[in-house]
Parts: sequence; structure tokens; C-alpha cells
Amino acid sequence: MSLDIIFTLRRQEFTLDLNLKLPDEGVTAIFGPSGSGKTTLLRAIAGLERIPGAYIRFRKDLWQNEDTFIPVHKRNVGVVFQVPSLFSHLDVRGNIEYGYKRVTKKHQRISLNEAIELLEIDHLLDRNPVELSGGEQQRVAIARTLAASPDLLLMDEPLSSLDNKLKLTILPYLEKLQRTLEIPIIYVSHSTDEVARLAEQLVILKNGEILGHGRIEDMLTRLDLPLSHRSDAEALLSATVIDTDTDFGLTRLDVDGNVVTVTGTNLTENDLVKLRIAAHDVSLTLDKQSGTSIQNILPVTVTQIEEENSAQTLVKLSLGSHFLLARITRRAVQDLDITLGKNLYAQIKSVAVLS
Amino acid sequence: MITAADLTAFFLTIRLALVSTLILFLIGTPVAWWLARTRWSMKFIADAVIALPLVLPPTVLGFYLLLLLGANGPLSALTSGTLAFSFTGLVLGSVIYSMPFVIQPLQDAFRAVGNRPHEVAATLGATPLDRFISITLPMARPGFLTAGVLGFAHTLGEFGVVLMIGGNIPGETRVLSIAIYDHVESLNYASAHWLAGALLVLSFIMLAAVYAVNRQFRVMKL
Repeated sequence: MSLDIIFTLRRQEFTLDLNLKLPDEGVTAIFGPSGSGKTTLLRAIAGLERIPGAYIRFRKDLWQNEDTFIPVHKRNVGVVFQVPSLFSHLDVRGNIEYGYKRVTKKHQRISLNEAIELLEIDHLLDRNPVELSGGEQQRVAIARTLAASPDLLLMDEPLSSLDNKLKLTILPYLEKLQRTLEIPIIYVSHSTDEVARLAEQLVILKNGEILGHGRIEDMLTRLDLPLSHRSDAEALLSATVIDTDTDFGLTRLDVDGNVVTVTGTNLTENDLVKLRIAAHDVSLTLDKQSGTSIQNILPVTVTQIEEENSAQTLVKLSLGSHFLLARITRRAVQDLDITLGKNLYAQIKSVAVLS
Repeated sequence: MITAADLTAFFLTIRLALVSTLILFLIGTPVAWWLARTRWSMKFIADAVIALPLVLPPTVLGFYLLLLLGANGPLSALTSGTLAFSFTGLVLGSVIYSMPFVIQPLQDAFRAVGNRPHEVAATLGATPLDRFISITLPMARPGFLTAGVLGFAHTLGEFGVVLMIGGNIPGETRVLSIAIYDHVESLNYASAHWLAGALLVLSFIMLAAVYAVNRQFRVMKL
């Protein structure tokens, strides 16, 4: 079961040429710079835009082909737009009930209270939309969408209209959605941070073309794709909690048989988490160093080397079934004689945990 | 100095304005809705046609209507008698004459509401008609109020068109503006004063009310 999208759309600047088979579960992020066609893709899926000649199918339902076009209100998709777009003539409760009232009992999978509790907006119910802050408005908009029990949730840069501080207050709600609801989510974004936190699958768009599509871990570390070459390039690893050391305030995690130590003790044994390791936080040594303050030193194998400019080189390393990126100087590559297949030690200065 | 004939003219005028406004809403709402949303490149032609009554002398409008509605006009074949010099003819004339005053505020209001609330409502499962009733109507309410009052008030003051196609039949086509004209012609200034004053006060109250309610909303954009 999947979401299939095939279409070609000629634009002035570029031609959007898509042939995508997206999973109908989990979070799939559509990533790309502004003007790369992300929003158009989302609108086509929702049925807000009718692209001639498009083929769109969700699970067993054909939504569009040459002689079919199922209108938006019959697709049962939820859309969260960039701007909250609350109905100004209704109060918060009226907004949330709008979609809820229009769902048949048979289709109702999320109750009004669940939507309200998930976004923690029960104290706002009797207020008018104009009285709310931007972050509160977007939370109401998300709850309104959920209360309509959508089969598919489309989010078009839902955090982009908020400042950085507000973004951080909304992200946990989105992470909670991703964990607790069994609704597939298509999440459009140009923020690597949001994508790394939320997505399992990633589609990278540029100038209307799909550069890559696959697991987020792979997309982040593929050297032929743009994400690995950004200054904030990073790798994602899945890890299992081994134990916590309350004395030192540390937690030990298992990554394919290797032990990684992180600060903090709010995780419990056997928790599954994702670790983020930035390329600029990884350095390489030929031998395992002793007498260093660095806690995480892991045995890795060089799988790919790419010179980024005259000074810097990006090295892709394998660690069990996972990959790491290390951004080091070109001279270091020469001095250490780093070649494909060479076994080295990666010294990791900083590891961030995503639960 | 108000005579029974004047009262008849007064109530006839109110009835004409009410009926015309109602018909204007029925025609104007879908037209304004379409104009606010269409991307048709020839839209300017529709805009110009609807705005014509704003600039044309009412007598010109009345003249063409007379030809259209008269005994030998193309519409007379459809009706048993002639529509000219009848209340129905007056209604038709008023609807055309006041059309821009209803369509423009509605169009502005629909445009101000924008497309986004509709899209959101559609994704929440609302059918097009449901969307129009539950989103557009309440959100465009200031526009409807303005359109109604302007259409009504403008029809109250209609003179030129009536003169051409209505004539002066008491209880049928003799409206206030004609009655005032008659009084002035026969140098009966006292009666003219009463009627003119009533029209002035009534129009002022209605406009003041609509401006008071729609403080943020521009009532007329020409």
C-alpha cells in the first residue's frame, strides 16, 4: 500500500517531473529549497491543484487520472498550511469542531478530546483566533485537522511562519503526533533540523527534480546529494539504551555492538532513540587514543572520500550498519593516508539524542 | 402636507427598493463570486459592463430599456403586454441601474475573504455549497450589509430611468422622486420639502448605520 504520484508540470523556471511511490505510514519529508516544487506537489496530492495528466493514487483509491478527479472534500486528507488560517468568524472550539462535525461516525478515529489534549489547547477553546499567539494558532490549526480524522496528513512547512523560539515549542507536539497517531504524514520542509527530527523517509527535490528518495539516514549521508555538503551535515544512527550512570549523569547506548555515551539520564533501559552526529564533530585517528577527554571513540571503515574544496574533504565512514560523516582537512587525508577501506577510529566530540 | 398620493408613492418606492435589492442579491452574489475568483483574461469586459450604470446618464439607460421593453421591443414577445410603464419594468430597470452598487462591495468582500479559508474548509470535508454557507457568507457579512444598503438606497433615489420607462402611474410607477418632481413643477414646495426631507433622512440613517457597523470595511471603492 502506498501513495503513488506521477505527473509532469511545465513551469516558467523549471519542469516539475515526478514519479514517486511514498509509503502510506510514518513521516515522509519532502525537502528542498523554496521554489523547488514542494508545495505544488503537496497541493496536487490534496486535490487543491489539478495538474493536467497527473496520476495520483492513495492506497486503493484512485484520486486522479485522465478521467477521474476526486475533489478535495472527498479525499479525506488533512492539510496544515504554513499560515494557521483559522476561521476568524468562529472561536477556537468552533474551528476544531468544523471538520469533526463533517466526519461520518464510521470514519471517526480521533475524538475531539484527543485532538484537544494532544495539542494541549483546552484552555484556549473559548477564545477567538485573533487573540492567540502564532504558535497557539498553529496548534489549533493542527488540532482542527486531526479532529477531522484524516487518512493522510499533509503538512506544508507548518513551522516556517513561526520564529525560532516558537518552533521549539511546536516541534515536540509534532514528534508526539508522529509517535502516537497511525496517520501517514507528508511533511514539506526546507529545514534539515525538522526533517532529521521527524522524518523516516526523505524525498529531496531541486528545481522540480527528485535528487534522491529513501531512508533519512541514507539521504543525509549520501555524498552525491546536497545534504551531506551543507555546513550542518550530520548522520543519524539508531541506538538502544543500555544503562544510565546517575553518578556522572551519563547514559550508555548500543549502536550495532558499539557503546556510545551521552550526557543526561532521562532515558530508560531498552529505549530506542536516534542519535545525531554532526560531520564537523567527528575527527579521525589511526590508533585508538588514550589520555583524551573525548568519550566516544568508535572503530570505523572508510567507504567514500570526496574533496569539497581545496581545504576540506568529506569522508563517509561505516559503523556496523550505520554511516557517519567526518569533515576534515584535505591535508589530514594526505597525512593520515586515508584511503577507501581503511580502518580508523572516529573521535566524536558531541552526540545529540532524539527520542 | 403629505397627501394620500404621496404616501402611496412612498410605499411604492420602498417596495421597489426591497424587491430590487432582493433580486440584486440573487443575481449579484454568484456574479460577484465568479468575478472575485476568475482568472479569465477578458474579465475586464465584464467589469466594464457592470460599471456602466455608474457613468451613463440614467436617461440613456432608460432609453435603451424603453426600446427593449416597449410594445415593439424584443422582450414584449415574451410577455403578454408591454413591460414599459409597469412595476415589473421598473424593477428590471432598477436592478440594472443599481447592479454595480451591489456587485462591487460583494466582490471586494469575497476577495478580502480570499481562497484560503475555502481550501481549509474543503480539506475538512465541506462540500462547495457547505463552504459557501458556513465560510463565505459569514466571513463576507460586512460586504453583504454594504451591498444591501447601497443597492436599496440607490434604488430609492432613482429618477432618470423611471422617467423614461415608468411614467407616472399612481400605485404602479409613480415613485418618490417623480412625486417630488411633480410637486416642484406645480410649485408645491411644501410637499416637495416633506418628501425630499424624508428621503434625505432615510438615506442618511441607512448609510450612517452601515458605516458604523463596518468601520474597518470600505463601503465604496470606485
